[in-house]
Amino acid sequence: MTDRMEKAPFPETRLIASGLTLRRGDRLLVEGLDFDLANGQALIVTGPNGTGKSTLLRGLAGFLPPARGRVRGIFAGEEERGAGALAHYLGHVEGSKPALTARENLHFWQSMLALPGLGSGLSPDEALTQLGVPQVAGLPVAYLSAGQKRRVGLARLLIAPRPIWILDEPLTALDAAGQDLLNAMLRDHLAAGGLIVAATHAPLAIAARQLSLGSREVAA
Amino acid sequence: MTPAPLSALFLREIRAARRIGGGGTMGVVFFLILVTIVPFAIGPDLNLLSRIGPAILWIAALLATLLGLDRLFQADHEDGSLDLMLTGDTPLELIVLVKCLAHWTVTGLPLVVAAPLFGLMLALEPEALFGVTISLLAGTPALGMLGAIGAALTVTLRRGGLLMAILVLPLAIPVLIFGVSAAGAANSATTPFMTPFLILCALSLATLAAAPFAVAAALRHMSE
Repeated sequence: MTDRMEKAPFPETRLIASGLTLRRGDRLLVEGLDFDLANGQALIVTGPNGTGKSTLLRGLAGFLPPARGRVRGIFAGEEERGAGALAHYLGHVEGSKPALTARENLHFWQSMLALPGLGSGLSPDEALTQLGVPQVAGLPVAYLSAGQKRRVGLARLLIAPRPIWILDEPLTALDAAGQDLLNAMLRDHLAAGGLIVAATHAPLAIAARQLSLGSREVAA
Repeated sequence: MTPAPLSALFLREIRAARRIGGGGTMGVVFFLILVTIVPFAIGPDLNLLSRIGPAILWIAALLATLLGLDRLFQADHEDGSLDLMLTGDTPLELIVLVKCLAHWTVTGLPLVVAAPLFGLMLALEPEALFGVTISLLAGTPALGMLGAIGAALTVTLRRGGLLMAILVLPLAIPVLIFGVSAAGAANSATTPFMTPFLILCALSLATLAAAPFAVAAALRHMSE
């Protein structure tokens, strides 16, 4: 993973939530959340099922408009239209077309998600090699196992450099070696000046601030 | 070197549609079956068939267009691609337009190509064959764009296909009226061809310009 470390670090980036309130239907899941992440910082969101971890991440990525408050992404001193435009979002499904090969999927996302001024990242084959699954490049994604699909989804984070990674349960379906790979990837990203917001149940081996959702209910 | 996002999207759509196999061939086979059934129901009256032939071809094309539309955005919604496209730099309206163009290329265009062959089965005159084909070429983009609005509105529904048809078919009536009158006018000396044909072209151009905004708005709302 040294080739990634040698890359120019990300320009100054900040992810700021101010008074962020998110609603799902008529349920208030996140209320008055404030945080400010800068280069090299990570935020880990924990909490029991159904306390709004995924909702928070979708709100940060801009898929869910906030009921109140706002999410701001600042990139090289300029305000972006939303933090989503600076972010890689990895949700419960990886966004791969089952009928296309892993390589074709990654090529597509490379041209779709590349940010101007940040270079082109790894090639799909290099990224798959780094994720330990070079043999799946030519296979349709429909034939892959859940863990292999996950690795193809994670390879997307390497092919188009984006400063903010928003990861929803990134460890799902990964074996022990895969979890080590992911932790190394996350550390490299932070070292290069990236930002990470991850929702997880299993601990991630990175230095990060913690946000525990639903703790109010526990305290009450 | 990475190709521009929109051409990459177009290629991806065409590849996925061809590899799944459904898409174009399914639509054409459905079109063929509809056109074949009608003479059985109406009987072997060649004059009657050639008189109503353009209308039959148009109705069959309309139904065949609806066939594959429900998956247009639903597949992307289910595999998470739709969310990721929202984080890209490309405006969703352009993504929608390119997806619809690719969809038309694999499903609409084969119908246009097959129409003159299937028209022979309905005893159409050469002029009428030409009229049907050229009117389908001008009109199927409008059908596809209207259908895309229905597909976007039903993107989160598991069995949204029927609801989509109910939403879209009434909107398609103007296209059907001018399409059939242009097709029918091609072999008649009394009715003009150009007037309905130009209105049909206008309908296609108007939906091409306006529908992407409606579709993108619906998709943004549905992705919440």
